[in-house]
Amino acid sequence: MATKSLKARHNALAESNRQLDILNGGVFEEGELPFFKDKIAEIGHFPLRPKKLEILQINVGYMCNQVCEHCHVDAGPDRKEIMTRDTMQMCLEIIKNTGAHTLDLTGGAPEMNPDFRWFVEEAAKAGIKDFIVRSNLTIIRANKKYYDLPDFFKKHNVHVISSMPHYTRGKTDKQRGDGVFDKSIKALQELNAVGYGMPDSPLRLDLVYNPSGAFLPGDQAAMEKDFKKALKEDFDIAFHNLFAITNLPIARFLDYLIASENYEDYMYALVEAYNPGAVENVMCTNTISISWDGWIYDCDFNQMLGLKVASKVKHIKDYNEEVLNDRNIIISQHCYGCTAGAGSSCQGTVT
Amino acid sequence: MANSYYDPADLRKFGKITEWSEELGTKFFDYYGKVFEEGALSAREKSLIALAVAHVVKCPYCIDAYTKDGLQKGITKEEMMEAVHAGAAIESGATLVHGVQMMNKYDKLSM
Repeated sequence: MATKSLKARHNALAESNRQLDILNGGVFEEGELPFFKDKIAEIGHFPLRPKKLEILQINVGYMCNQVCEHCHVDAGPDRKEIMTRDTMQMCLEIIKNTGAHTLDLTGGAPEMNPDFRWFVEEAAKAGIKDFIVRSNLTIIRANKKYYDLPDFFKKHNVHVISSMPHYTRGKTDKQRGDGVFDKSIKALQELNAVGYGMPDSPLRLDLVYNPSGAFLPGDQAAMEKDFKKALKEDFDIAFHNLFAITNLPIARFLDYLIASENYEDYMYALVEAYNPGAVENVMCTNTISISWDGWIYDCDFNQMLGLKVASKVKHIKDYNEEVLNDRNIIISQHCYGCTAGAGSSCQGTVT
Repeated sequence: MANSYYDPADLRKFGKITEWSEELGTKFFDYYGKVFEEGALSAREKSLIALAVAHVVKCPYCIDAYTKDGLQKGITKEEMMEAVHAGAAIESGATLVHGVQMMNKYDKLSM
């Protein structure tokens, strides 16, 4: 398993243009598979347009304590892109004035940003309805300075969403690294201990499942049932919802697909699973994504592909929600990942 | 023509059999889809049965398809291998139970 990001390895796929060339070429260029824009044009959704903004997703930096094989951010300990307090200050102004009801902090491991706690404290005062932090769980056990994170999250009524690729050790460690499973279990037990994830608790704890390989997630409700049963029986762990998320063919997952000679089959599987009913609710229609340096994107995936919004407002220094919402969403073939099966978003299925 | 009887890429073309016999092809795929829906047996259980049968009928396309389907359903490799053994046990049992026929015939022909 790699211990460095594609960027640190000087891998060609660290360049987003190279990734876009792959996504626009090959089986799509040769006409074997249809371009995403043609597919959504069939049902009158091209150009794809935003609806009401509901979710502000802020990526506070690409640094992470893990180097997961499937990571679309290409995050890792060697990534130095970190949001500064000045940029956070600009984000706070947006949070105070936005019409969005949900704030979603992600990374990397957001907790590794040195100003993370300050930012959470300030953002929590803005009265946003649902305040999410995407925590990879192992960070809570990574260093004693993070041991009190469950209490910190509780104090600020943060909604914790955590990745847990499987309820068995083997599959989890293969995707995320040795020891990740045991640390994640311990972290979940600690979150449960302060009240997170308990059946009637207002402290929300949701898990994210994404497949550990070149296949699509199964039925979200069935997987949630399996996860709940196994985690309860084996480790006495409770959580609220499971979100089944499809891996999008970008960054390290794209690198894996190509290296394992699964790329074409995977794209076929995504196109075959295309669900027109999912197009209307893809997350880019109600979410915007802000990067560590304040640029604005249609989603976290477009952020990693360097595709800034097609709007006059491209940076938070010029933020204007009305202007921003009047734009065409930038799409490419990776978007098939969000319309496969029951659809996929940072909040799970969309249909 | 591919220089081989089996090409993994042919699995994607399975649906094309309908082009040469629309009524029967459509009926088959409707039936097939219905069979694997959640019912008295879960979709997960049916996937494991399909995987076992895929091995017994030695269909490489089906093995690819139901290994992937199992992964998608969160089925572990231990469960998959046990399913294959269940199929293999029935298949070898079916061979061995004919040993009784052999024994009967042997006894009948022998003084």
